[in-house]
Amino acid sequence: MTEKLSRLSLETRELFRRFLAELKLALRRILPQIIAILIAFLAGAIMLLVTGYSPLEAYGALVIGAFGDVNGIGQTFTQATPIIFTALAFIFAFKCGLFNIGAEGQLLVGGFVAALVGISFDGMPTFIHVPMALLAGAVGGGLWGFIPAILKAKLGAHEVITTMMLSYVALYVTGYMVNYPFKAPGWVAQTVQIAPSAELPRILPPTQLSASIIIAVILVGLVHYTLQKMSFGYEVRAIGLNPAAAESGGISIKRGIILALVISGTIAGLGGAGEVLGVHLRFIENFSPGYGWDGLAVALVGGLNPGGALLAAVLFGALRSGGMGMSRATGVPLDIVTILQALVILFVAAPMVIRYILKKGGFKWLSS
Amino acid sequence: MVEFLDLINVGLFAAALRMATPLAFGSLGGIFSERAGVINIGLEGMMLTGAFAGVAASYFSGSPWFGVLVAVLVGGLLGLLHALITVKFVGDQVVSGTGINIFALGFTAYMSQVIWGSRGASESVQGLPVVPIPLVKDIPIIGEILGAHTPLVYLMPIVAVLSYIVLFKTPIGLRIRAVGEHPAAADTAGINVFKTKYLCVVVSGMLAGLGGAFLSLGHLNLFAWGMTGGRGFIAIAAMILGKWKPFGALGASVLFGFADAFQMRLQALGLLPSQIILTIPYILTVAVLAGVVRRAIPPSNYKPYVKE
Repeated sequence: MTEKLSRLSLETRELFRRFLAELKLALRRILPQIIAILIAFLAGAIMLLVTGYSPLEAYGALVIGAFGDVNGIGQTFTQATPIIFTALAFIFAFKCGLFNIGAEGQLLVGGFVAALVGISFDGMPTFIHVPMALLAGAVGGGLWGFIPAILKAKLGAHEVITTMMLSYVALYVTGYMVNYPFKAPGWVAQTVQIAPSAELPRILPPTQLSASIIIAVILVGLVHYTLQKMSFGYEVRAIGLNPAAAESGGISIKRGIILALVISGTIAGLGGAGEVLGVHLRFIENFSPGYGWDGLAVALVGGLNPGGALLAAVLFGALRSGGMGMSRATGVPLDIVTILQALVILFVAAPMVIRYILKKGGFKWLSS
Repeated sequence: MVEFLDLINVGLFAAALRMATPLAFGSLGGIFSERAGVINIGLEGMMLTGAFAGVAASYFSGSPWFGVLVAVLVGGLLGLLHALITVKFVGDQVVSGTGINIFALGFTAYMSQVIWGSRGASESVQGLPVVPIPLVKDIPIIGEILGAHTPLVYLMPIVAVLSYIVLFKTPIGLRIRAVGEHPAAADTAGINVFKTKYLCVVVSGMLAGLGGAFLSLGHLNLFAWGMTGGRGFIAIAAMILGKWKPFGALGASVLFGFADAFQMRLQALGLLPSQIILTIPYILTVAVLAGVVRRAIPPSNYKPYVKE
């Protein structure tokens, strides 16, 4: 009996040791990101100080705004939702070696097309109407991703510029749509409300958090599975790692590029549809405060893997939702959030920066 | 139709030159950076920060020329940041550039609220004066197109010529191109690869800052949120269309500047909704990239250089 017990405890100890080792490994992997975030906040604090605000007060208001009550928490996850989509969009293209910095435009187009379907077909059963509107949004975003895809694959036009340019086109074209042909009566440039049958359910009333976040989380798993377990995902990653080797291995680069960018756009479009069907219940001109850029930052902070992006998206959602509370309470311009985001990107851009800072700062033991 | 034809007059060509100016400075900046082997997607942000810094400096000092100087310095500072991240710390060039763009958007909007209490636009400041060129301004038609601009417009071809001379007719240009094309060989030949790259990326930022200063001080006399509106990216497209050569980039900038000027005049006419007209420069940029890029081979090896 005692022998059995001691063996058991030995096994538990072994298990515990392995768990600790795993934890240490994981920590070491995300350490640069955590440090990047901390340094960004430090730099942001200096910026706040210089411009006459109290960083403690501002960051305090930010945390309370993001997590202080159910409204804050709901808002945090509501803001995180579209960012999860745009981050996944960025990751998918990036794994193929492509920079899709036009998720903003794909999100807008997806949102607009979803709104059109949501407004039409009033009275259709919800279980058909909602998927149909979501699908429309996905197709819209995918089409907007198809343009730079085909230009890249067939003509070699650099996707960084084309996706960016097409974001502006999307902004103005959807703006035109809700200022002219599809404008709702009134002053605001927006469509009329979508039919109740096309609404995504709210899952944390009274906040705006909608079932779109469930779709986002499912998509995190799906993207991970596609990239890691499916042969298509393998092809995409192979092209991203070494196009020449992939081609000589029999992978069609053109096909991979087109599919990766289209899927990337599809994901962003689906995110836009989720915003329209779950949060705003209509398409409002330029409703995105920069979710496309958030997604890029989140993808990088999340170590370019879907699970990491999910966690980072919650952080950035908290920044957005807390930022609004902070702005109301302390008068600090909301744009400090954008600055923080940019600083995180810059520090994550070069992991060597972090290592350098740690070494110079006397934290050698952390930098190995 | 008559109204439409009225658009095409000397005023349009003069406006095209003005709108080409920020693009030309940006694309020349892009050439310096890319010739030395560093992609500079951050031109947009450097331009935007330059536009802001110029207006802020003019606001506090009352001198638009001091504003231009500050814009150039701030642009150079962001260039230095880009060089630090990508050359010293071998970070990803596109990620760093994008980070700089986002930083510029946030920073200028934040500071605009701190200084003027408004996120949308600054107060009007003293802008750059129009200085007509004697003699030239009296030539019919040509005088009206070329003769009456702010000095930064005249500076545009001068900088293009200087860039051409520096890059293609001097030893330092040869070094820059060697560093871009084959850093290892350049290193073996005794060229300081890192210093050259730093220099070029800083110059690139300074030129982008100058372009931004033109937008705010030579054009509108105020700073507005996100006022570059993708012109940094259009400048990159102009650089590619001009095959990474100063005169090519200058010509391409005039083409894109023409589209921008045309778009603005078309808006004033009120025939079409402004949102549709506003898409013209962006669609043109995409179309041009799709049309020429296959024949445009980048001059540099963009891999970060690590000394053995």
